[in-house]
Amino acid sequence: MEVLVFLVPLALMLGLLGLIGFLWSLKNGQYDDLEGAGWRAIADDEPVRDSSTS
Amino acid sequence: MQATRDFSHYVRNLDSGLSHIDLAVEGVSCAGCMSKIERSLSALPDVTLARVNLTDRRVALEWKQGALDPARFIDRLAELGYKAYPFEPVRAEAAETEQASFLLRCLGVAAFAAMNVMMLSVPVWSGNVSDMIPEQRDFFHWLSALIALPAVAYAGQPFFRSALRALRARTTNMDVPISIGIVLALSLSVTETIGHAEHAYFDAALMLITFLLAGRYLDQSMRRKTRAVAGNLAALKAETATKFVGADEISVVPIAAIEPGDIVLLRPGERCAVDGSVIEGKSSIDQSLITGETLPASAGPGTAVYAGTLNLSGALRVRVATAAEGTLLSEIGRLLDNAVQARSRYVQLADRASRLYAPVVHATALLTMLGWVAFGASWHDAIVTAIAVLIITCPCALGLAIPAVQTVASGAMFRSGVLLNSGNAIERLAEVDRVVFDKTGTLTLPELDVTNAATIPPADFALAGRLALSSHHPVAAAVARAAGASKPLAGIEEVPGQGVRGFIGDREVRLGRPSFCDADRQANEILSGDPEATVVAFRNGSECHVFAVRQRLRADATAAVARLARAGVAVEILSGDREPAVRHAAGQLGIHEWRAGVTPADKIARIDALTRQGFKVMMVGDGMNDAPALAAAHVSMSPVTATHLSRATADLVFLGDRLAPVVVAIGYSRKARLLMRQNLWLAAGYNLLAVPLAIAGLATPLVAAAAMSGSSLLVILNALRAHRGASAFCSEADEGGGELG
Repeated sequence: MEVLVFLVPLALMLGLLGLIGFLWSLKNGQYDDLEGAGWRAIADDEPVRDSSTS
Repeated sequence: MQATRDFSHYVRNLDSGLSHIDLAVEGVSCAGCMSKIERSLSALPDVTLARVNLTDRRVALEWKQGALDPARFIDRLAELGYKAYPFEPVRAEAAETEQASFLLRCLGVAAFAAMNVMMLSVPVWSGNVSDMIPEQRDFFHWLSALIALPAVAYAGQPFFRSALRALRARTTNMDVPISIGIVLALSLSVTETIGHAEHAYFDAALMLITFLLAGRYLDQSMRRKTRAVAGNLAALKAETATKFVGADEISVVPIAAIEPGDIVLLRPGERCAVDGSVIEGKSSIDQSLITGETLPASAGPGTAVYAGTLNLSGALRVRVATAAEGTLLSEIGRLLDNAVQARSRYVQLADRASRLYAPVVHATALLTMLGWVAFGASWHDAIVTAIAVLIITCPCALGLAIPAVQTVASGAMFRSGVLLNSGNAIERLAEVDRVVFDKTGTLTLPELDVTNAATIPPADFALAGRLALSSHHPVAAAVARAAGASKPLAGIEEVPGQGVRGFIGDREVRLGRPSFCDADRQANEILSGDPEATVVAFRNGSECHVFAVRQRLRADATAAVARLARAGVAVEILSGDREPAVRHAAGQLGIHEWRAGVTPADKIARIDALTRQGFKVMMVGDGMNDAPALAAAHVSMSPVTATHLSRATADLVFLGDRLAPVVVAIGYSRKARLLMRQNLWLAAGYNLLAVPLAIAGLATPLVAAAAMSGSSLLVILNALRAHRGASAFCSEADEGGGELG
């Protein structure tokens, strides 16, 4: 059962990682436009813009 | 005089040397539109951000400060075929967006903690019946406490704050028993853990918070969605004014940028957007939105004009007054304040339920404790059992019972073209047994229409329509709209106060007053049959036709009124218009109760009288003169074409040219109220089953968790039925709406 000392913190760390990921995506505005985001995933990539003109 | 467009009011200058503007865009509906707009706008030089929000139908743009005129974006979008309007985020909307992301953060934290604590709880539950050693159990309990306490402190804020607010105001709401339950569950669990006991309720507290936050977030996001649509509609209605920036220089600016003392130009056919007085020019004006009176009044220097006034014939210069100077407006404002105060006394169903619920539950817990002590249990055991009663009665299902129904019902209303302005409107709408309609703009369409189109040869009608495009007069605009004309004729001359004329080849065409076209005889024939109509004559060489133009009833008004009557809702008309016009409309619709020539104060008096007789009145109106009555009624509704003040006052706003949404909305709300009540009974029924277990001291954390999630699921499933309205109100009209897709 000593393995718990190692496993339980590991499980918690993984969960925490998920939470941090969620909070990051929220802060990043990924939930602002749920409808549009779905379409963006399957849209063609933007044409590469020439960086010297902009 | 060509007006320049000035959008500087809407542009926000960011610290990073960029400018930002939000545009509401009409017609963005798919991924194709999204990428087309984004590519085209970001191809403009110096644009650093062009991002479409498909949910809100808006575009956010950023560019290097001073490098571009925002009008260019609007022109570019117009070239692509989209109408765009600068958008000013309302402060309430910004606050709600902030609130939504806070709720989502809380939900994330609560869900994370609930899952991890459950991971620790399941081994304890199974260990209690097998071979777990007490040290391991304590270790798991302490770990749970470590996760649960900070998580609840953060994610419970929405409930704690709301409960505190209610307690400070010396009332209770649903959040008071919820907060008490959570705090007691946690403190009991901590003391039990210290005492090496078998049971801890960390998982129950967290699961409760997670369920409730999910319900609250859904409720809030639905409301935010309707508010976003309402905000876009406000932007699309584009309340702008033409302001003099120099002696002869004019600029189109948003209303918010107009200051008292400014001078604005009011062209024929334009609706005034400000209050003020005329300083130059002569014209006739239509005050129907303000007073309900449809006959034009004449205006000259010194005449007071109000926002909503339609200018009919000549150009006017208007000096903008402060709101306090406008006697009519300040009168309406005063009536409005009184009426709004009266309505805030309404107590929501949820709060009424919790007022009943909290004392019963807390008394039961107290009796349980005293009972166990009386039967010889130790104080410790008695207190633990009493707190278990509180935990298991903690109104998880009760807290979800109403928001879940509201979310589903408001979503269904949204799809059929009704937007909710206020949170408890559904409950109030469900109680309505009498509907009071305003006539002009509510029962009738807001725009004029040609009534005798069938009697005029199509070729002449089309030609008249094209000719009418050259005139600003609203009656001409009605002819052009009815004819579906889009190409104006060339070389047309406008004769002030008479009409327009021009030549096709060597044949003269004229459109205007009957005397201008030598058509007095035909005009008198029409007027003798329908004295309320406005006539406009059209001469094509030697041929001559007269159009009868009037406000037309909404296409389904008769059917809607009949359906209300069948469902047992009485209907009456309160209009500021003249008696013959109101009598005519009432006769057509089969409404027996009507009053004409009513002032705003009279409207309130009538509604108060009905309220005293015990009726629950819904007011449906669109004019400035309706606003106080809208606020005074039990619940109110406005068409989206209504004046700003009315739309802001009404509890619900309906879209489109049909009256059906009004009826359908009542249907949805009745069904929703029924389901809310059912849900409250379901939640109470669950308590009747679970509480005896808790009183008997058998409510282990496992029982609490199972009962809580089971009852919540039941309540949510029942709430889903709200997507169909009550059948009496939603027959064929159910499929009719759908403007919002």
